[in-house]
Amino acid sequence: MTARVGIPSSLFYYVHFPMWQTFFSELGIEVVTSGQTTKGLLDEGVKEALADACVPIKLFFGHVIALKDKVDYLFIPRVVCLNRKTIYCPKFLGLPDMIRHGLSGMPPIIDVEMDNRQGWTSLWKSYLKIGRIFGRGKMKIFMAYLKARSVARRFHSLLLAGMHPPEAITALAKGANVPLPGEKKKGDLVFAVLGYPYEVHDQFISVGLVKKLKKMGVSVITMENLPPKKIARANMLEKKMFWTFSDLALNAAYYLFREGKVDGIIHLTAFGCGPDSMVDKLMELASRDYPDIPYMSVTIDEHTGDAGISTRLEAFLDMVKRKKEALQSTCPR
Amino acid sequence: MPKVTFPRMGESWRTFKMLMNDLGNEVVIPPRPNKRTLDYGVRYAPEFACLPLKILMGTYVETCLEGAELIVTSGGSGPCRAGLYGQLHKKILNSIGFPVDIIVFEAPKSHPVDFLRKVNRLNTSRLSYRAIWECIKRGWEKLKYLDDAEKLTHVVRPRELEKGSTTRVYRRVLDWIDTAYTMKEIKEAGEAALEAIRSVPQDPGRNVLKVGIVGEIYVLLEPASNLEIEETLGNLGVEVRRSMFLTGWTRDNTVKETREILTVKDAAAPYIPLCIGGHGQESVGHTVIFAKEGYDGVIQLAPFTCIPEIVARTILNRVSRVHNIPVLTFFLDEQTGKAGMSTRLEAFVDLMRRKKGHAGNLRAQTEAG
Repeated sequence: MTARVGIPSSLFYYVHFPMWQTFFSELGIEVVTSGQTTKGLLDEGVKEALADACVPIKLFFGHVIALKDKVDYLFIPRVVCLNRKTIYCPKFLGLPDMIRHGLSGMPPIIDVEMDNRQGWTSLWKSYLKIGRIFGRGKMKIFMAYLKARSVARRFHSLLLAGMHPPEAITALAKGANVPLPGEKKKGDLVFAVLGYPYEVHDQFISVGLVKKLKKMGVSVITMENLPPKKIARANMLEKKMFWTFSDLALNAAYYLFREGKVDGIIHLTAFGCGPDSMVDKLMELASRDYPDIPYMSVTIDEHTGDAGISTRLEAFLDMVKRKKEALQSTCPR
Repeated sequence: MPKVTFPRMGESWRTFKMLMNDLGNEVVIPPRPNKRTLDYGVRYAPEFACLPLKILMGTYVETCLEGAELIVTSGGSGPCRAGLYGQLHKKILNSIGFPVDIIVFEAPKSHPVDFLRKVNRLNTSRLSYRAIWECIKRGWEKLKYLDDAEKLTHVVRPRELEKGSTTRVYRRVLDWIDTAYTMKEIKEAGEAALEAIRSVPQDPGRNVLKVGIVGEIYVLLEPASNLEIEETLGNLGVEVRRSMFLTGWTRDNTVKETREILTVKDAAAPYIPLCIGGHGQESVGHTVIFAKEGYDGVIQLAPFTCIPEIVARTILNRVSRVHNIPVLTFFLDEQTGKAGMSTRLEAFVDLMRRKKGHAGNLRAQTEAG
């Protein structure tokens, strides 16, 4: 019987799932995910997790609880650093410990540390350790690792071409090269929705924010669609943000403000998110220097209502449209 | 002469005031955090920022209103938010119309050149490095006596005969240490201060509980932010041992890690094997050690939305069960009221007393039987 490994469909899922899935299936291990977030899942998480934790963590608890009886192992690696510069939020660093000691009746947790500041082979070593747990040979693990890396590269090129992670994940799963989302119509508004992938792309917790915007005829770009090197150069802080996702989101905001190619920027943040309390303020301060691009921050939590978000989005859209019209009607001298 | 200010953390401002004066700067003494400080902090700081950021924001606004031009503070390498406070505070202060500059000292171990450059910038009266070193040594001595005095009050207060006498003496002796200037004076004043606290009339036979306090550094060190929890506990007849003092923390973060902190990290290793920033790992490690040393309970103090402490709190559930030690957590924010806290503390103390009494009874029974 093949071993089954559970990967919760939250947090790193939106960034690393294609790579991890390829790695495991190449080793002949079945991968089980917890699927889309549902109300029940969230409720379970809220019940078990600490009240003061942020929504994504509560949600992660929910996903783990949904998985725990279906799998032999839970895959919650301790991802410390993947770009040799920035690390992840303390909650990510302590994630396996929180799950292990905060929940009872857990299957064994694979919490291999991934930190590529320890040398350029360290990532490979982490994957080797994972493969060894299942008693696979070194060569086989290496081939699986290479395959996983190439899938990760394809995933990234799909994202850069304008796909959102959930679309890219299904596209990769289907294998075929799915045609890219339709060309942008002229006159369409473009909004940037900045925020962490596990908030923006989780249909349930973001109350379908991206979908709603698309329905209103707005094309949406997220921080995964922007070229990472250009974003990194846009940094305007004396000291880098410590956290990878926050660094990305903030630099993306700086980049977009400076380029001026979008019609509005929406920052999606979770209630009680530590890094975001700073990111949001810094974005707000930056937005004052670029009055041409409207900026709005939307906070979500486990009680966020559908109607409330819709109203705010409509109001924001109306404001942007009216501003555009006003700018066009004043005669250019 | 630039007007310099710095964050307030307990009584340590007395040392920093002396140090800044020695370097030839005029000092705006940061006021004790109060209602007005918090009002400013809440108004200008981000809504979900942690309490220390808000209090510091308020303190800076207050000192800027008094004319401060330069703020000196410490940085950090993350991933706790505190490492970015300086940069954010500067941006906010500039945006609300205070043209202040901020000097953020990073750990000298990893940024030696940067450290010296910043020292030079503060060195208005152009002292030689040797003279600066002397100043720092005197400051260090003062800081040690301030910490020792505070530590001693935690032991004496629960045993005092007349309620409030320790606090009264403590307030008085702080001024002695404060006015001392030369090394000799500081030593004399310090010893006299410790002696004065020790000689507060006490009842040595009193049955006191022992509680360890762990948590985030700012809310541990600034009594105004934790609503004088140590004093409240002392008055309830509880001896407090705090896991962190400024001298200990500085030692661990500037020169090299002391034995003490290494044992703490070892104790935390089964639960949380790597540093997650802030004091999350230390909170867990200290709790384990307190449990092993036979303390009656542990109180964790953390600011609301503090990331490392949330991780620690989740894990402390297990630690508490495994090591059979009660743990009470306070997430502090600007809404925390003193009455609510006192009630919870009283209940916690009752619980510990009953647990201790119960264990004592059991032992008596087995011995008799």
